[in-house]
Amino acid sequence: MIYFDNSATTRCCDEAMAVMTEALQNNFGNPSSLHNFGLESENYIKDARRIISKILKCTEKEIYFTSGGTEGNNLALKGGANAVKRRGNHIITTPIEHASVDNPVNYLKKDMGFDIDYVPVDKYGVVDVEALKKLLRPDTVLVSIMLVNNEIGSIQPVEEIGKLVKSNNPECLFHVDAIQGFGKMIIVPKNASIDLLTVSGHKIHGPKGSGFIYINNKVRVVPEILGGGQEYGMRSGTENVPAIAGLAVASKLCYDNLDSNRNHMYELRNHFIKEASVIDGLSINGHLDNTNAPHIISVSVRGVRAEVLLHTLEDRGIFVSAGSACSSNKPAISRTLKAIGLDKELLDSTVRISFCPENTVDEVDQCIKVLNEIIPQLTKYSRK
Amino acid sequence: MTYQAFLIKYSEIGVKGKNRYVFEDALVRQIKRALDHVDGEFKVIKQSGRIFISVESESYDYDATIDALQHVFGICAICPTVIVPDEGFDKLADAVIKFVGEEFDNRNFTFKVFGRRANKHYPMTSMEVAAEVGARLLEAYPEMKVDVHHPQKMIFVEVRENIAIYANEIPGPCGMPVGTAGKAMLLLSGGIDSPVAGYMISKRGVVLSATYFHAPPYTSERAKQKVVDLAKLVSKYSGPIDLHIVNFTDIQLYIYEKCLHEELTIIMRRYMMRIAEHFAKEDGCIGLITGESIGQVASQTMQSLNCTNAVCTLPVYRPLIAFDKQDIVDISEKINTYETSILPYEDCCTIFVAKHPATKPKLEVIEKSEKNLEEKIDELVKIAIETTETITVEA
Repeated sequence: MIYFDNSATTRCCDEAMAVMTEALQNNFGNPSSLHNFGLESENYIKDARRIISKILKCTEKEIYFTSGGTEGNNLALKGGANAVKRRGNHIITTPIEHASVDNPVNYLKKDMGFDIDYVPVDKYGVVDVEALKKLLRPDTVLVSIMLVNNEIGSIQPVEEIGKLVKSNNPECLFHVDAIQGFGKMIIVPKNASIDLLTVSGHKIHGPKGSGFIYINNKVRVVPEILGGGQEYGMRSGTENVPAIAGLAVASKLCYDNLDSNRNHMYELRNHFIKEASVIDGLSINGHLDNTNAPHIISVSVRGVRAEVLLHTLEDRGIFVSAGSACSSNKPAISRTLKAIGLDKELLDSTVRISFCPENTVDEVDQCIKVLNEIIPQLTKYSRK
Repeated sequence: MTYQAFLIKYSEIGVKGKNRYVFEDALVRQIKRALDHVDGEFKVIKQSGRIFISVESESYDYDATIDALQHVFGICAICPTVIVPDEGFDKLADAVIKFVGEEFDNRNFTFKVFGRRANKHYPMTSMEVAAEVGARLLEAYPEMKVDVHHPQKMIFVEVRENIAIYANEIPGPCGMPVGTAGKAMLLLSGGIDSPVAGYMISKRGVVLSATYFHAPPYTSERAKQKVVDLAKLVSKYSGPIDLHIVNFTDIQLYIYEKCLHEELTIIMRRYMMRIAEHFAKEDGCIGLITGESIGQVASQTMQSLNCTNAVCTLPVYRPLIAFDKQDIVDISEKINTYETSILPYEDCCTIFVAKHPATKPKLEVIEKSEKNLEEKIDELVKIAIETTETITVEA
């Protein structure tokens, strides 16, 4: 099996599984319990907070553990908007955000009455900073822009954007969805004036149901989940200790090996692009060079529906994602692909290949070989 | 309130002649099958023109019982019944008063008591029982009023070895018990129509088999799972369904290569009918069922239906033929298949569909086009039949 769907989810790494098993089997106490058993459990969380705060170069108290990316994004947007709503009514985001940002934003618009603007992106999927400058208003209170796009892997200039946002209004919250970027590049919230940053564990070889949100200690966010006051009252509920421990181990491994992982994945990506670009009908979206994220390749094949390509590859043991889940019954065209102005015919013909450091050049070669074989065949039977 | 029995009412079977017992026995069998999956023990008894289900266990799942019975064709109404021992008329009247008190929170209605005396040794006649119970009810609940012509509620009191009391009728699905008609082969796709068509034909007592055509990799494993799920939902009514899953890819690609593109869907459907008929005969079916409706899509115009129908030797039942889409959707919502049907997976009828498919194909032309397939098609059909996977789907 060749697994090229690492932006959907990754295999949990052995090191994370080991610490999780230990936490599940032996140190299963409730961190809130007063006895020693509870304390041991609490130590996992303390360690995790320390590890992650080191990576982000922030304080430990700025890290709050969540159940994953969706919860983090909901907290950042709804909890953030709730805290600043008296100061203004204007939110800026992009048309290429993940559904876990886009839908909370829709909620803020429809149910909370916020005014929303979307910054356009260029054909490579990168936010137009000049356009953002024009959209900023005195009453702009929240800006949410992702670090790395999940469909094409475009990297957003968050440092530049952060500066711009804060120079317009120092009190405006800046949220960055770093779910596809964390573990693939250095990200220091302070350097980019980021107030809220969200991360998911299972995208970086940690367990599903794990994640965290960084909240700048100078800003206020209204918690969404109330209860026993865990996570400094920001996210009540008994801590998912094994998941938190696994998340920290996985994060540390990502950053201990960041350079070699990045180089390796760029090697895979560049090799793929070089070999695949010559296939008739195939095109690649986003920047082709290393200004794009190392792990994501958006591939369009003219005349072949994404679902068909996906299943044909699956038949050969290669697992990828459909760039946009679409079907004749219920068209759900990708907002991202639309936003980059992709040819209409290709919207439904785009798949995503996403790597992890464990993938090999050999696997890429096999994939290229299969693509060379099946694309002419599939194009022959395309819808006329 | 705890009901110790259910009286089952059926309508159409009642008008049957000498073979009435065939229908009643089938209904008893279907009720037993449905109650098999419900927590509790039940006895199903055929009794002077009705079916009576008595609860034999201490406790049982009432909601699940009603749900199971509402999926048995042939049942028109389910009456939850309270049973008390025969300990004289006073006790009987008290029991009815208690029953009415518990069954109706608001008793501001007109009513009529129906007496029925199966135990002819009982000292009162049916009329006397009804009149006296009515009088006692009026005494106990002054807000109730008698109206013997158009009562809002009817309260039934039946004197047998025990006393049975019931008032509410929960509607059943009606129709005829499955197993009283014959067997037919449903062409099941992942859409809204075909599960409804299967439901409707089965409602007339017909046992179902089904055939599904998939086209991997053009259709996904999930599309196949969706069809299995749909068959499962239909089988809640129809009983177990043998589902044949035919790999249609090579046939489809071959037609695509050899025939005019606008004729692709018609020719494809003709081969689907042929293959479905093969399995129909194998399964002992004496008819085919489709969810077609005149003019819904290009392949369902009268001209197209004429072309697809021509390859079949068995009768093709099309219960939705004159239905509007919304009427079909309404039924699919009622039988709980709608949510599954609208899951967005590609089915094999749409993948190669032409932008402008023929809407008025001529049979002679289509038959001529099929000549282009002569070289390989029989072999491909044979392979498709040989590699078909058959599973029994049961709710």
